[in-house]
Amino acid sequence: MRGHWRDFDWLLLALVLAVCALGIAEIASATAATKFAGVYMKQIYFLMAGLLLLFGLSRVDYKLWLESSPWMYFASIAALTAVLLVGKTIFHSRRWIPIAGTHLQVSEFVKLVLILAVARYFAENRSGELGVGDIAKVGAMIGVPMALVLLEPDLGTALTYLPIVGMGLLLGGLRWRHFFLILMIGALVLPVGWHFLHGYQKHRVQTFLNPQSDPRGSGYQLRQSKIAVGSGGLWGKGASHGTQTRGAFLPVPQTDFIFAAFSEEHGFLGAMLTLALYFVILMRLVHDAQLAPDRGGAMIIMGVVAVLAFHVLVNVGMVVGLMPVTGIPLPLMSSGGSSMLFMFAALGLVMNIRMARFVN
Amino acid sequence: MAERDSQLPVLRVTLVQYVLLACFLVLGYGFWRLQILSYDEYATEADHNRIRTEPIPAPRGRIFDREGRVIVDNYPSFNAYLVRDQTRTLDSDLAPIAQGLHLDLDDLRDRIAHFGDAPTYQLILIKDDITPQDLEFIEAHRDQFPELETLTVSRRLYPKSGFAAHLLGYVGEAGPREIQQLHLRPGSIVGKAGLEQFYNSTLTGQDGERRVMVDSRGRNVGELDATPPRAGQSIRLTIDNDLQIAAEAALGDRPGAIVALDPRTGEVLAMVSRPTFDPNQFTLRISPEQFKALNDDPEHPFLNKVIQAQLAPGSVFKLVMAATGLEAGIAQVQHTFCPGGTTFYGRYYKCWISARHQQHGMVDIHKAIVQSCDVFFYTLGNVLGIERISKFAKALGLGARTGIDLPHEATGLMPSEAWKLQHEHQRWYPGETISVAIGQGATTVTPLQLAHTVAGIVMGGQFYRPHVLLSVAAGEAEAGAPPADAAAFRQPTVLVQPANVGIITDAMRGVVGPEGTAASAHLDNLDFGGKTGTAQTISNQGLAELGKRHEFVDNAWFVGVYPLRNPQLVVCALYEHGAEGYFAGRLAAQVVEAYAMKHPDSNVPVKAHPNAASVARSTIGSPLARPVVDHPGSGQ
Repeated sequence: MRGHWRDFDWLLLALVLAVCALGIAEIASATAATKFAGVYMKQIYFLMAGLLLLFGLSRVDYKLWLESSPWMYFASIAALTAVLLVGKTIFHSRRWIPIAGTHLQVSEFVKLVLILAVARYFAENRSGELGVGDIAKVGAMIGVPMALVLLEPDLGTALTYLPIVGMGLLLGGLRWRHFFLILMIGALVLPVGWHFLHGYQKHRVQTFLNPQSDPRGSGYQLRQSKIAVGSGGLWGKGASHGTQTRGAFLPVPQTDFIFAAFSEEHGFLGAMLTLALYFVILMRLVHDAQLAPDRGGAMIIMGVVAVLAFHVLVNVGMVVGLMPVTGIPLPLMSSGGSSMLFMFAALGLVMNIRMARFVN
Repeated sequence: MAERDSQLPVLRVTLVQYVLLACFLVLGYGFWRLQILSYDEYATEADHNRIRTEPIPAPRGRIFDREGRVIVDNYPSFNAYLVRDQTRTLDSDLAPIAQGLHLDLDDLRDRIAHFGDAPTYQLILIKDDITPQDLEFIEAHRDQFPELETLTVSRRLYPKSGFAAHLLGYVGEAGPREIQQLHLRPGSIVGKAGLEQFYNSTLTGQDGERRVMVDSRGRNVGELDATPPRAGQSIRLTIDNDLQIAAEAALGDRPGAIVALDPRTGEVLAMVSRPTFDPNQFTLRISPEQFKALNDDPEHPFLNKVIQAQLAPGSVFKLVMAATGLEAGIAQVQHTFCPGGTTFYGRYYKCWISARHQQHGMVDIHKAIVQSCDVFFYTLGNVLGIERISKFAKALGLGARTGIDLPHEATGLMPSEAWKLQHEHQRWYPGETISVAIGQGATTVTPLQLAHTVAGIVMGGQFYRPHVLLSVAAGEAEAGAPPADAAAFRQPTVLVQPANVGIITDAMRGVVGPEGTAASAHLDNLDFGGKTGTAQTISNQGLAELGKRHEFVDNAWFVGVYPLRNPQLVVCALYEHGAEGYFAGRLAAQVVEAYAMKHPDSNVPVKAHPNAASVARSTIGSPLARPVVDHPGSGQ
């Protein structure tokens, strides 16, 4: 037994549970009149399972995970390959494999493994400055699983692997000129490539990004999402009074667009409060990372920060029309077990790292 | 160890924190922009999303006869509509929709393309009066085709077999021009012909509106509020169903027209035109092929011959000649010997009697009318001259619209010297006056004009504008406002001396007497008379060139008056290609009989003509079975 319960980050857990509670309430509200009514109960069960996972993992030394991360990495590659071969096709894309009567997304757990693998790489690399070879190695480490997920096809999830490596490179000692070079290449390639596409091609790409969300097209989703958010106004329409949500104009209001549903019913104030919660959680995680006993632990926590921040920014950005429609859920709020379990497993790791800070 | 340095590069961690803060601020701005700056816009859009305004069509006013019997009614039915903004897969949906509703796919596409500029939330009518199977199809595919919508509407129900079809007209979907002029919603129903067109604004109600909440699939999830429709006003016609039935039956399938009016008021009691059509076909959307077939029919089934057929009046015109001549003080004293024909301006003009190798002998005005002597009227016309004839005939209502409350009434034509100069750039030849005197030449009339003119003559020159609207009822109530006073329809008086009226009506009685040209139209013990006309449809010369064909057979006319003293009814019957005036006389007589039976007190006992009864009885049995006597001369 390592660490002490007084070193457990109770504040972080409280913040996380607050966001989860808002999410569950919104899921209940958004689905009350649909065939998904009652799905919030499932979310509560997942939350409980997540809590068990969190407490359980907080008792397991994170160094064990770091040490076994190469094995886990190769197991992940094998699992992703297996998904491609035998995975159940849902909404024309293969990303679930049936485990114990529910469907778990393998690619979600690969995120955790990649966080560990990247953290381990930079924990061992103490030279201070990264060479081009390091960039290439880390790039390959993340590139293989990304390619496998892309083949499912699920570009949205594949993209969530990028911030892990980005954060790792940034904190691992990437030279600023390499950093800006990568940034510039990315900044140039993405929009240039995008604008070379014609309207229908963009539409196809968008449909390709997110084939399962709604057959009525991404433009429609985005528009309805903006109407939902905008019509919420300052105070919102009140819980379970969102006309966009209840009238099913807002697509999948319990998953990808849950924040639109939430903003419609709780308005600008509710949205700001929730965004502030997310921001405080992120800052608290950064704070914990700075207190980590070693570089490996700090890198793990910053990996979690990268994934969580990326999800929140891309999802909420999409909801207000600042980001294209991708199938990226909002962690802690969106309905869905894999995402919930991933977050709590990651938080379990964070707790363990924090509790280990006074222990040698 | 608590004060141990961070394992992470401090500057870069700080950078991460600030970048995250910046990103969250941008997100916050995103919400500010949508929820605070553009709140009104998005709130409106959200309402527009979930609230749909559906029209509640107002029922059209019903149409009753003068006694409050329903002629045109409404019945409820369903229409199928398409709302384009309720789907994103319209193009691929059209084929299964067309199949499910038994529509032609190309027609459906054309129809939607036709509404290309209209807002996408607008309902587009794709099928009306749908069957229960269609309704079932739509209900069963609510999820698959959220763009389909149904509405209850009230639909027109017209009498069967084209009864009074020309008078009533029909309704149809408003065309682009009507939508613009009358500020209608596309798909609105308007009167397209007849009374439906003329009194469209009276019959049309005020459509209501229903605001319903819908979900994203267009499913109705609750009504917000509704403005009820205001039904159109019902109208009561001057038409007497009993007389209309008699007139319809009298004309049967013969091409022609019958109109009956009350000379004391101008009220039209019956109006029939043949061939006819079924207006019920038009309340459903008629296919372009069907419409074209009806429109191109050489018999012109859409033509209301009562007000639109412009034909030579034939010998009925002799009543106008008689009135003109008597008022000029000439006809009373004219005695003409008819040897079967006579010569004017170097040309020989035959009397119709010459075809029977007979002659009329000495003829006065009474005999001239009774036996329709052409020579007498040639002579009278020659004395009067075209200007006097034309002027008086126009005063009696010829050559101008009667002003009946129906659309597209024809004017007819009463020629004059000035007319000829203007339209044919030729001076008037005196010989033309001879033809005009017996109702041939350039003169054309409509059956209604002829009835109107004769009604004016027998009323001593007092004319009333013919009309079919008796009163407008408030809402759906059958009891309407009291009918307008006949004085409202009074037209300028042209004095015809009572003595002269007596001469004319006595002669009209003679026409259906044993010596008359329409002895077979005689009605026992009824004070009924009239004037026959047999009008050429082509000149003698043309007939010789083209040969005898059915379409060149003479038109038969008859204008009857009942009773001859204090007239209550004037009936004009046109039997196209009926060859002989007395055939039309028998048709008119049937309407008069129906009227007399209904109004037994209308009859004034007739001074029995010495031989009338016996002759009439021998001919009345089979009036139309008499052989057609071919005499291509002027009318009898």
